[in-house]
Amino acid sequence: MIGVGKIKQYSNVLDKPLSKGKQEVSLSAFAFLFSELVQYNQTQVDNIAELERSRLEDAGYAVGARVLELLCHRDKGNRRETRLLGILSFVHSTVWKVLFGKVADSLEKGTEHEDEYMISEKELLVNRFISIPKDMGTFNCGAFVAGIVRGVLDGAGFPAVVTAHFVPVEGQQRPRTTILIKFAEEVLRREARLG
Amino acid sequence: MPPVGPRSGDAIFANVERVNAELFTLTYGAIVRQLLTDLEEVEEVNKQLDQMGYNIGIRLIDEFLAKSNVSRCVDFKETAEVIAKIGFKMFLGVTASVTNWDADGTCCSIVLEDNPLVDFVELPDTCQGLYYCNILSGVVRGALEMVSMKTEISWIRDMLRGDDAFELQVKLLKQVPEEYPYKDDE
Repeated sequence: MIGVGKIKQYSNVLDKPLSKGKQEVSLSAFAFLFSELVQYNQTQVDNIAELERSRLEDAGYAVGARVLELLCHRDKGNRRETRLLGILSFVHSTVWKVLFGKVADSLEKGTEHEDEYMISEKELLVNRFISIPKDMGTFNCGAFVAGIVRGVLDGAGFPAVVTAHFVPVEGQQRPRTTILIKFAEEVLRREARLG
Repeated sequence: MPPVGPRSGDAIFANVERVNAELFTLTYGAIVRQLLTDLEEVEEVNKQLDQMGYNIGIRLIDEFLAKSNVSRCVDFKETAEVIAKIGFKMFLGVTASVTNWDADGTCCSIVLEDNPLVDFVELPDTCQGLYYCNILSGVVRGALEMVSMKTEISWIRDMLRGDDAFELQVKLLKQVPEEYPYKDDE
C-alpha cells in the first residue's frame, strides 16, 4: 500500500494548525461539486421529498455539525450560544458570513407560530446556477443549506426541523429562498424557564 | 477588447467569483461520507468519485477555455503545464508543478502541495484503500478528453496516506483526431 512505512507530516490531523479560514476556491468549483452532489443523490431516491429530506439535508447536516465546532473553536474561544436569539443570530451572521461571504438578507420571527423563525436570502449561493425542471415541483436545493442550519442548531443543543422554500418576490424573476426553522418544544420550554 | 494571449492563473483567479474554501472542503467531505455509506466498498467509492470528477471535467473545460484565453497547446508538455499553472489555480486557487517526465514526453506527474479538498481530513483504518481526492483525477481526465486527449491518471503520492505531497500521474494514451461533423464545402 502506498504510504505505509513513510513518516507522516503530522501524526494526526489535530496536530496540524487550524487554518484561519481565509482560503478561497472559485465559485464554479463549488457549483460543479454541488451539482454532482445533487445529481448523485437523485439516483439514490424515488421521490423529491426523499431527495430533499433524507439526502441533501443529511449532507448539509454533516457540514453544519462541523461548522459549529470549527467556528466555536476558532471565532468564539470555545464558547457557544446558549440562548435562542443568540444562536439564531450566530447562524444568520457568523455562520452565513463564513460559508457564504455575507450576512443573510433577513432573520424574522414567524407571525403565526411562536416556535418558527425564518432566514431569507434573495439568492442563496447553492441555488445560483440551479433551475428546477417543471416535473420536480417544489424541489429546492436549499435543502442542503437547511441541513447545515439544522446541523449547527442541533449541535448547539437547539433541535429543530429546518426546511427550505421558494418564496416569490414581487417584481423579481427569481424567487428568494426562505429557510424555515421550527424549534422543538423542549427548546422553547427551556428558553421560557431561562426567562 | 479581450486580452491577447493566455492569462495567468493568478489573474483569472483574482477576477472570478470565489467562495470560502471551507464550505467547499466540508461539502466534498459530505459527498465522500455519503458514498462510503451508500456503496460500502472503498473501491466502488473510488470509482464513483472518479466518475463525478469526469462529469465535472467535461463541463469545466468550456469555462476553462472561455476564461483562460489559452490557445491550442503545441504538445502534451505544454498541456500539462497549462493544467498545473492555470487550471488548478483558476478553480482551486492553488498551483501545482509538473515533474517526472518520461523520455518520450507522454507521461508526467502533477504535484500538489496544497490541496483544499483535504483540510480536516484523516483516513480511518477502514478507509486505507480510499483515494480521497479521486475526483481530481476524474476532472483532469474528463477535461482532457474533451480536447481530444485520452489519458490514464493515477495517484502516486497522497498526503492522506502519509506522503509529503499529492502526486497525480498523467499518462497520455492517445490523441484522438478531431472529427468534424460537417464537410468543408457545406
